[in-house]
Amino acid sequence: MTRSQVARPERRAEVFEAFGERDGSGMLAHGLGRSYGDAALLDGGKVVLTRRLDRMLDFDPETGWLRCEAGVSIEDILETFVPRGFFPPVTPGTKFVTVGGALGCDVHGKNHHVDGCWSNHIRNVELLTASGEVVTCDREQEPELFDATVGGMGLTGITLAMDVKLTPIHNPWIAMESVRVENLDHFFEVSAESGGFTHTVSWIDCVKRGQAMGRGIFMRGRHADADEVGHAGALGKLIDVAHPLLAVPLDGPNWLLNNASIRLFNEAYFRKHPKGQKNVLQHYDPFFYPLDVVRDWNKIYGKRGFLQYQLVVPKEGDNAPLRAVLDAITKSGMGSFLAVIKEFGDISNGGLSFPIPGVTLALDFANYGAPLLDLMERLDAIVVEAGGRVYLGKDARVSRATFRRMYPEWEAWKAVRDQWDPSGVFQSDLGRRLGLVGGAA
Amino acid sequence: MSVAIFGATSRIARAVALRWAEDGHAVWIGARDVAEAERIAADVRVKTGVNAVAGAFDAVDMDAHPALVADIEAAVGPLDCAVLAFGDMGELDEDHTDFAAARRVIDVNFTGAASLCEAIATGMAERGAGTLIGVGSVAGDRGRQSNYVYGSAKGAFALYLQGLRNRLFKRGVHVMTVKLGFVDTRMTWGLKTRIPVATPEQAADAIHAAAKRKVDTLYYPPFWRAIMGVIKTIPERAFKRLSL
Repeated sequence: MTRSQVARPERRAEVFEAFGERDGSGMLAHGLGRSYGDAALLDGGKVVLTRRLDRMLDFDPETGWLRCEAGVSIEDILETFVPRGFFPPVTPGTKFVTVGGALGCDVHGKNHHVDGCWSNHIRNVELLTASGEVVTCDREQEPELFDATVGGMGLTGITLAMDVKLTPIHNPWIAMESVRVENLDHFFEVSAESGGFTHTVSWIDCVKRGQAMGRGIFMRGRHADADEVGHAGALGKLIDVAHPLLAVPLDGPNWLLNNASIRLFNEAYFRKHPKGQKNVLQHYDPFFYPLDVVRDWNKIYGKRGFLQYQLVVPKEGDNAPLRAVLDAITKSGMGSFLAVIKEFGDISNGGLSFPIPGVTLALDFANYGAPLLDLMERLDAIVVEAGGRVYLGKDARVSRATFRRMYPEWEAWKAVRDQWDPSGVFQSDLGRRLGLVGGAA
Repeated sequence: MSVAIFGATSRIARAVALRWAEDGHAVWIGARDVAEAERIAADVRVKTGVNAVAGAFDAVDMDAHPALVADIEAAVGPLDCAVLAFGDMGELDEDHTDFAAARRVIDVNFTGAASLCEAIATGMAERGAGTLIGVGSVAGDRGRQSNYVYGSAKGAFALYLQGLRNRLFKRGVHVMTVKLGFVDTRMTWGLKTRIPVATPEQAADAIHAAAKRKVDTLYYPPFWRAIMGVIKTIPERAFKRLSL
């Protein structure tokens, strides 16, 4: 269990007050707490909750640039701007994240192959640095600090505000289609012919082996054009589906998710999608945030919880590393309930930003304990060997040595960080684990 | 249409400002921390597109209140609604050795609030229209050892609003008293309680809806009316021995 002193500033001045009370135990900003790992935790230190610093400060409807404080959430942006014809440039699979968290993890979404990550749509960041100075950095002014802060896992300071460029849309609808994918080769074929779609993602059945390995449902879409929807879909006349329709009231029993139930679910999900759907209009909410509809969905995993493993490996040849990963999982007998696969684009960013050109695979596992951790160690080995990496925003267990092989840029990143924070004011459990904070280790 | 929010840096006040702005009111937002008031005004402008103006407001600078109200009305037009959302529990030591601190609590929560009400009520009464909302606390319903200075000031404010309501009713002006129980704000942050705590946004929704229905006294969350009903009926002989 992690215990921290917690401050929840509501005024900007209160951030500085909290900062003034630092005592050498470390400080860390914490947004909506959706990181699956230890990125937003700081045992024994001072955690600053940024959720109530959520003012939108300026918006230019001509260009889409929004200036907002770090505690503004993707949900806040959707609620304010979808009726006015704008959308977040990038969104992860949940809208319950702050823009500060999106910046620290440099989040990606279904449009990575076209639009890159969150930071590709940010032009500046206002940061409270370890000296107590507020620094506004961008690609010209203090570019090294800017580069270290995007994807910097919150370890360069407390983000106060940023400028983010929203994407113009005509309506809240996504023109989408789904394609039944028979196996991994088929996935790559479909992915290759999906260039006309700005958003792609594929659900994948991790239980299938051999010829059917990688079967799944490929979903692709784009924001619908003005003339694609009738008047019912016009802006401002939205069906409000933003609030959770269902909630998981209690922790599920540990036996609920086992290999058999996962197999059953996967079979049903696969069969539910007939040969595929063409040109369906779907509201953005179920398209981008299928799990947000079920509040506290994670409780189905019971008290033991779950772990997610998200990896990216370069695409090459017959994608042997990817097959090796899937093979290791099926052999282990620990089925992944939710597995998602997507091809990233060629856009890579600074900091410790996760995406590199290649294929990403995100796997949810019920917490099977030691055997699962062993499996993940084996997956780490495959990923490192292939020149890939795991996503820090979802990690709680990768070792320092493995991390350094996955992120060779860590040393250059840390040099910049140390220059701005020589005494290690900003820390996190993740930073401590991976040797990213404090002196050399 | 215009509304003025005094003490706008509280989470509830900010949410209240947004509710009225969503109805199309121009908003004046006042707080001691003007830079902060400006941030909130900017947020209101971005989210609703209304004219939102920030300014300095200090509850205890009473001599300045009439001129301030004139300035506000010059900026956003004659006020249809005013919300007094400020309050200060102070930091009184247990033995109340420092009356200056206690006096400040009384001045902010009662004298300053009454001073501002007088300044606003004059114009509203002349125009024969308007809504004046005073945000108080259930702490004003009975004196308790733990916070009676704050409680007495809020209690006095409630009594003042009662009289003002009686006077202004005949002039077409509505006065609403809000008595808040536990809301998840700076004031209750860190408080350990088993009593359900409302969100500031829920409180703002309730205030907004009640103002439209011309409610006289709003308890929020509503079950606090019952709780305070019980607390008020405990005989003083017994109450003085309790430590609530």
